[in-house]
Amino acid sequence: MRQVKLLYFAWLRERVGVSEEDLMLPAEIGSIGALVPWLRARSPGHAAAFVATASLRCAVNQDFATPETPIAAGDEIAFFPPVTGG
Amino acid sequence: MSKIRVQSTDFDISAEFSALTAGRADIGGLGCFVGTVRDSAKGRKITAMTLEHYPAMTEAAMARIAQAAEQRWELLGCTLIHRVGRLLPGDNIVLVLAASPHRQAALDATGFLIDWLKTKAPFWKKETFLDGAEEWVAANEADEAASSRWA
Repeated sequence: MRQVKLLYFAWLRERVGVSEEDLMLPAEIGSIGALVPWLRARSPGHAAAFVATASLRCAVNQDFATPETPIAAGDEIAFFPPVTGG
Repeated sequence: MSKIRVQSTDFDISAEFSALTAGRADIGGLGCFVGTVRDSAKGRKITAMTLEHYPAMTEAAMARIAQAAEQRWELLGCTLIHRVGRLLPGDNIVLVLAASPHRQAALDATGFLIDWLKTKAPFWKKETFLDGAEEWVAANEADEAASSRWA
């Protein structure tokens, strides 16, 4: 088990219902790609937030990540929709 | 070389211009882009726009964008200021200044900086409409295309 911090922004935050949460991940959740379906099963809010992976973006320790990005203990993992600043 | 700022308050374009050029005569061209809040979207009237960001990541992402511009063009300095929080139609959102010895580099770097800010910096816009409804702005394929032309 590894503890990580999850952050959510924009409509993902609204659907999950919290802006952040500390979670213990089972050992088999080794990458962002494995984390998403695991999060989706946590609550109806998570399921709504993670419904469409095409509109999902992720950063690990404040750097953009991909489904292949590995997860380590203590990571800060942020999920958000495609950015719309500027 | 680059000045990066995220703030809720407005910026003073003239003051930022002066800060970038003060005491130097090697600048031959200065590109400037200012993004402002438009009062309508898809035919609907907007009464406010709220910008959310990822504070721990935002300035680092903006600095990476500035570094990418400095690697591509001969820049003598650039300024990126992005506002967050609740803004009203007509308000400034973002300022990009790029200084170079040469006009084309200043203009191209300015275009690059705003295109990449729109697609690679963690900001999200939410629009409030006249009837009180609120909607997150969807990412724009045209913005993605504009960003990828610099690849």
